[in-house]
Amino acid sequence: MKQTALLMDADAVRRALMRIAHEIIERNHGVHAVSLVGIRRRGVPLAKRIAANLVLIEDEAPPVGILDIGLYRDDLANRPFTPVNQTSIQSQMIDKRVVVLVDDVLFTGRTVRAALDALSDFGRPKAIQLAVLIDRGHRELPIRPDYVGKNVPTARAERIHVEVQEVDEIDRVYVEKITGSGGEE
Amino acid sequence: MRDLVTLENLSAQEMVNLLDLAQNMTEILDRPLKKVPTLRGKAVVNLFFEPSTRTRNSFELAGKYLGADVINVQPSGSSVEKGETLWDTALNLSEMAVDGIVVRHQVSGVPQQLAEILDIPIINAGDGSHEHPTQGLLDVLTLRQAKGRVDGLKVAIVGDVLHSRVARSDIWALIALGARVSVAGPPNLLPDTFEDLGVEVTTDLCEALQDADAVQVLRLQKERQSTGEIPSLWEYRLRWGLTKTSLKCAKPDAIVLHPGPQNRGVEIDSDILDSPRAWILQQVKNGVAVRMAVLFRLLGGGQDE
Repeated sequence: MKQTALLMDADAVRRALMRIAHEIIERNHGVHAVSLVGIRRRGVPLAKRIAANLVLIEDEAPPVGILDIGLYRDDLANRPFTPVNQTSIQSQMIDKRVVVLVDDVLFTGRTVRAALDALSDFGRPKAIQLAVLIDRGHRELPIRPDYVGKNVPTARAERIHVEVQEVDEIDRVYVEKITGSGGEE
Repeated sequence: MRDLVTLENLSAQEMVNLLDLAQNMTEILDRPLKKVPTLRGKAVVNLFFEPSTRTRNSFELAGKYLGADVINVQPSGSSVEKGETLWDTALNLSEMAVDGIVVRHQVSGVPQQLAEILDIPIINAGDGSHEHPTQGLLDVLTLRQAKGRVDGLKVAIVGDVLHSRVARSDIWALIALGARVSVAGPPNLLPDTFEDLGVEVTTDLCEALQDADAVQVLRLQKERQSTGEIPSLWEYRLRWGLTKTSLKCAKPDAIVLHPGPQNRGVEIDSDILDSPRAWILQQVKNGVAVRMAVLFRLLGGGQDE
């Protein structure tokens, strides 16, 4: 049996991304040394929207990069084959800058671990910060977010679905509870 | 997909997947730090029984950029010289926990036989006059970058088509992806069996170039002259060499490809090689990207759907 519950609607997503933009500015005293890097796939539109918010607030557009961590995963051999590495990052966006990594859901932390490895191949950032729309817990690595849209306590077997206009033609976040047999994924 | 032996037996979808992946791999070549950990802990052997600089270096760099360990085994200085058979060499290598073998051999069919004997992936880097699949893929990738598509294009392949494994792999890839192919060259170096595949076969260079979006100029294997298969180099250039004049038969925006190494002033003139219409250096770069894609696909790229 599958049961779903809405966690965020379009307005809630919009407000969370605006708040994150404000927090980025506050923490870094502006955005002049900040770059955003979205983790493919849904981290990319989120990063672009945060960047657009930063322009609204600070009248300054930070560079936005796209990071595909496909080549850095530790579980590649067990996944179906896809044409990985749709990365688009210039070294100038990374070197000596504060890089805000953006992803939709923070779960085990393995994706972020891979992203940190990947980023270091492009240069040496002054600092890396992490922004996520949803933090659902269950970390398997010592990784924590700096900016969170919404904290959602979940059971491991539940699935969080983040949908964004640019990919899914709707903005919403919902949780899928798997009742009955339960158990690990 | 377990091995890459031919393009003849590869589906169009699998080719497109490899081309998309190779396109994405080109990004790594532009990075300040050109190494990803994807194939870390994997070992690849280049087993080359024929001379090669470009292809061997290209495979070696492709493996290294993906984090694999790559060694080169050549017949001179190895136990092959002491009379060991190819099969024993390969079996011994595979016992050394090698994860993949890239093989070039002067005899057609060797990679196929190795693939049947060994459990690890075999990649054909050119076998006799049979196939050179990664060359075929890098040629269509270059064509796709230049023209935005492959479907509906016309490509002329010029030269010694009969002995060319490059021509065969090109033809399989181009036909599978919806391009039209014409071939031109000296009459005794043109296999007429290609007509059955829908390839236009002609001895008239200008006729083959008509409406072509791209020209693939094959290297003239000069040893063919001593066997009497071609006239003098001078006469070859006159009839089948790509010159400013003969290139006029193709579309005005046709690009020029050459698998290398080039004989300047024989099959292709220097001023064309050095012109912006030549995408030959792009081919070299794409060669590394294609081989990265193939190594990733076969040695670490996840499971078949």
